[in-house]
Amino acid sequence: MATYIARRVLWGIVLIILVSALTFLFFDILPSADPAVLRAGRNSSPATIAHIRQELGLNRPVYTQFFSYMKNIILHFNFGYSFYSGAPVLGLIKDRLPATLSLTVGAAVIWLLMGIPVGIISAIKRGSILDRVSMGVALVFVSMPVFWLGLVVLFLFAKDIGRFHVFLGANTYVGLTSNPARWFGSLLLPWFVLAATSAAIYSRVLRGSLIEAMGEDYIRTARAKGLRERRVIWRHGVRSAITPVLTIFGLDVGALLGGAVITETVFNIPGIGRLNYTAIVQSDFPIVQGTVILAALFIVIANIIVDISYAYLDPRVRYS
Amino acid sequence: MSDPLFSVEDLRVSFHTDDGVVHAVDGISYTVQAGKTLGIVGESGSGKTVSSLTALGLTRSRRSQIEGRIMFDSQDMVTLEDDQLRQVRGNDMAMIFQDPLSALHPFYKVGSQLVEAMQAHRSLSRSAAKARAVELLDLVGIPDPKRRVVQYPHEFSGGMRQRAMIAMALANEPKLLIADEPTTALDVTVQAQILALLEDLQKRLGMAIIIITHDLGVVAEIADDIAVMYAGRIVERGSADEIFHHPQHPYTWGLLTSIPRLDNPRDEELVPIAGRPPSLINRPSGCHFHPRCPYVQEAHKRVDPRLEAVEGDGGSHVSACLLKTNVRTQIWEGLEAGREPESLQRMASASVGALAPPADASHLNLHGELESDAQLPGEEVQS
Repeated sequence: MATYIARRVLWGIVLIILVSALTFLFFDILPSADPAVLRAGRNSSPATIAHIRQELGLNRPVYTQFFSYMKNIILHFNFGYSFYSGAPVLGLIKDRLPATLSLTVGAAVIWLLMGIPVGIISAIKRGSILDRVSMGVALVFVSMPVFWLGLVVLFLFAKDIGRFHVFLGANTYVGLTSNPARWFGSLLLPWFVLAATSAAIYSRVLRGSLIEAMGEDYIRTARAKGLRERRVIWRHGVRSAITPVLTIFGLDVGALLGGAVITETVFNIPGIGRLNYTAIVQSDFPIVQGTVILAALFIVIANIIVDISYAYLDPRVRYS
Repeated sequence: MSDPLFSVEDLRVSFHTDDGVVHAVDGISYTVQAGKTLGIVGESGSGKTVSSLTALGLTRSRRSQIEGRIMFDSQDMVTLEDDQLRQVRGNDMAMIFQDPLSALHPFYKVGSQLVEAMQAHRSLSRSAAKARAVELLDLVGIPDPKRRVVQYPHEFSGGMRQRAMIAMALANEPKLLIADEPTTALDVTVQAQILALLEDLQKRLGMAIIIITHDLGVVAEIADDIAVMYAGRIVERGSADEIFHHPQHPYTWGLLTSIPRLDNPRDEELVPIAGRPPSLINRPSGCHFHPRCPYVQEAHKRVDPRLEAVEGDGGSHVSACLLKTNVRTQIWEGLEAGREPESLQRMASASVGALAPPADASHLNLHGELESDAQLPGEEVQS
C-alpha cells in the first residue's frame, strides 16, 4: 500500500513539473505579445521597455530563462510578479483562494446531498414516475449552461436586481471570518448554480452504476442470505456503485479549486477563477501561468486522493 | 412416508417481458424429504433455477407472476409476506450459486460475509460470530481457516470460494440447501471434491439438498431422487435408480447418452441432443420436446403429454411421453446396447404404427375428442 501511494505521488510530481514546463513553453517561448511591452504599459519609451527586458531576463538565452523559471517554481514556489500590478503572483493566489475554496466546498456538499439520494432512489424505483421525473429534471439541469443559469437566478432571486428579493446577489461576497452570515448568504445562489449541473450528472451516473450493481450475482447472494433490503441496497449495492461517482468527484473538485471561472465571474466572487479571467483579459501572463500550475496541482492532488480511496474501497486494487 | 420437508405443488412462474410472456416454470410438482437429496436436471432455460429462486422469493417482482404452492415447514413460500420470507431465507433454507466469484461480494472479507449471514438471523456478538466463521470454514475443509477468514474472495481459489459459499449457506444450519449448479464453474477434480463435501455435510448435519444441474453425472453420485426438466416442465421424475436404469423419456435418454462414461470401455460416441432449447415465449405445440425428439410421431405435435406413472415401477416414477411403455423400453434397451438411433427411430415408427393410432387418425372431432379409439398414454388435447 505504501509503495502504491509513493508511486502515485511521484507520478504527480512528474506531472506538475511537466505542466510547469508547458506553461513556460506557451507563455515565454510562444508569447502572443512581448512581455516587456505588456509589463511597461501603453506609451512607454523604448528605453523603459529595454530596461524591463533586462529586468525580466528576456535577453538571456532561453534555456537559462527556463532554468531560473523552473528553479523559482520548484524551490521557492515563486511564480513571478504580475505585469499589471507588480504584486507577487503567489500572494494574489493566496488572497483569492478562500473564496474559491468556499464556493467549491459548499457546492460540492450540495451536489452530493442532491445527486446521491436522487440517483439511489431512481435506480431502486427504476421506471417509476419518481425515476422518470428526476431523470427528466436532471437532463434539464445538465443541459443548462452555468452562465445562463447564473444570470437567470440573479434576475429571479437576487435582492438587488431580482424579481423576488430573496437572496444576496452578485458582488456581495465577504470572507467567512469577517461576517459568516453574509458569507453564507452571498454564496447560496452561486452554490446552487454550480451544484445544479453536477448534481444532475451525479444522479444519472449513480443511477446507472447502481442499476448495474443491483443486477450482480452478489446482490442475489445478499438477498438469499436473508438480509433486509435496505442493507442489501446500501452495503452491497451502493458500496460498489459509488466508485465511478468518486472518480468524477475527485476530478470535479480538483478542477473547481483551480477556479470556477464562469460562476465566479457571473457572481463577481473574488476567487482564483476571477483572478485568472482578469489576467487573461489583461494578458497578465505570470498570473495565468500561476493559476494554470495551481489548477494542475489541485487536479493531481485530487486524483491521488481518489486513487488512494479506491484502494481503500476496493480491496482488489491493492493487490494489482 | 412422512410429510415431506419441502413440496412444490403445481408451481407456475411467468415473467412479463417486452418480447412477451416467458413461461419459465409451467406447472411443476416435486417433494423433498428431510435429509434427502433431489437432483433437478435440465438444460439452461429449462426453468430449473427459476423454480428454486422462487422458493426463496427471489423471483418476486412487478413483472413476474407466481402461482401454485411451495410448502416448507408448513408455510407457503408463495404467499408468505416479504419479511417472513426473508426470515426463512438464509436461515432454514439456504442457497449456493454457480459462480462463487461473482456470488461473493468482492469488497468484503470472507469472514465478514459469513458474520453478516449469521447476524441477519440471530443476535450474536461480533466476536462469537467471528469464531463461528472460523469453525464454518474449517467445517467445509478450508485449511488454515484463521488466516483465510480475514482474506478477500479474490484471494481464494475457485474451489475454496465455493467452499466459502457453502460455509455461508450453512451458517444458520439450514434444513434445506439449494445448490444451483454448484460445480459448473469449477475444474473437474474440484467438482468431485465439492460434491463429496456436500454429501459429507449432509450426513453430518442431516439437511435436505436440492441440487440443480445440467449434468446427470453430477447427480448420479449424490441424488436420491431426480427430476428432469424441459421447457419449464418436469418431463420425468423418479428415484436415481429408476432414472439411470430405466429412463422413460427421450430427453432423459439424450442426457444420459451425452454423459462421458469412464466405466464403459467401449469406444462409444457421445450423442448430443440435436437442436436448441425452445423459446419459453412461444413454446412448441403438443409435446414441447417434439421438435428435437428422434422418435416423434405426427400426433405428438398436437397432443400435450401429462406426467403418468410408469408401469411396473413404484408410483414414484413418472414420465410425460406419448410413446407406449413397451416401445420406450425397447428403445432404451437398444440405446444401451449401443444401437444406432436411426434404427431405433424406425422401430419407434413401426411400433407406433402398430400400437398407436396412425399419425393422421388422431384428428379431433367436433366434440373435441380424439376420433381414434386407440389410446395414447397421457393424452391431453391442446387447445
